[in-house]
Amino acid sequence: MGGITEMTIGLAHYLTVSAILLVLGIFGIFLNRKNVIVILMSVELILLSVNLNFVAFSAFLDDLAGQVFAMFVLTVAAAEAAIGLAIVVIYFRNRGSIEVEDISTLKG
Amino acid sequence: MIAALAFYLFAAILIASAVMVVTARNPVHSVLFLILAFFNAAALFLIAGAEFLAMILVIVYVGAVAVLFLFVVMMLDIDFARLREGFQRYAPIGAIIGGILFLELLLVLSGWSFADQADDLRLSPNPGASVTNAAALGRILYTDYVYLFQLAGLILLVAMIGAIVLTHRERAGTKRQDIAVQVARSGSVVLEEVPVGAGIKALGIRRPPEPEAEPPKVTHDAHHGGHH
Repeated sequence: MGGITEMTIGLAHYLTVSAILLVLGIFGIFLNRKNVIVILMSVELILLSVNLNFVAFSAFLDDLAGQVFAMFVLTVAAAEAAIGLAIVVIYFRNRGSIEVEDISTLKG
Repeated sequence: MIAALAFYLFAAILIASAVMVVTARNPVHSVLFLILAFFNAAALFLIAGAEFLAMILVIVYVGAVAVLFLFVVMMLDIDFARLREGFQRYAPIGAIIGGILFLELLLVLSGWSFADQADDLRLSPNPGASVTNAAALGRILYTDYVYLFQLAGLILLVAMIGAIVLTHRERAGTKRQDIAVQVARSGSVVLEEVPVGAGIKALGIRRPPEPEAEPPKVTHDAHHGGHH
């Protein structure tokens, strides 16, 4: 499974790309603390890196279960984006801003 | 060789556009770079042999989720300059935590290998090149993983209902069809025989009598809507 010649793309390549993507997503959450839309986009990046991991393992183990689960993650990500953006829209409608740091109404 | 070059190209563009997503000044540019990142991730999926998921990624993510983001970013009138105030302050701690996380992931990656029994533990082995990826996925998705499939549909249904309930609002002054009132009107409609060929000039404009019970109900409705 991979790694036979120098130029063959192995599992490690995919996992490295996915790790970089995950770290970038987490960095994006820190960087854009106030902009909840970019935070949602960072979460999408993190979920994309998870999917990349699933697909890479699925391909290199020759097991399709990983791809089925990646599809499930895709579904959850789509639902999360829809609900998150709906919350952003009604929050903006009520408060006129989407600054995350102001959101302390629930006193969580 | 060509696959390896394509992998490096797509991976490089994917990471570069991910960097642009989190650092772009304008969120509209962020969304556009997110779309580019999804396209390149789909290409990586293709190289890994997951053709169906690659197409799903393009259709669902680029076609629906990213466009949803684009709509929301463009619809809301947001002062983006103010939202970037803490940018410099949080960058160092984010870089530190990201660096630590990346190093840990690399440590795990370097000291890790497949177990010897990994091939025997496969849940649904790939049937091989005789079946396309989409057909192989369909075979297991509707049989072994049918509950997962139904659960995915349920999650999407809940998300749809939730998004509609959250963003739906009653506007004052809109006219709605009230079926109960329409049905109850039947007694007030009088059928009468009109001479054939007689125009408005001869007959005058005829209107049915106005129902009396209507005005209080309307004010109650308006009050109810305004209360929300």
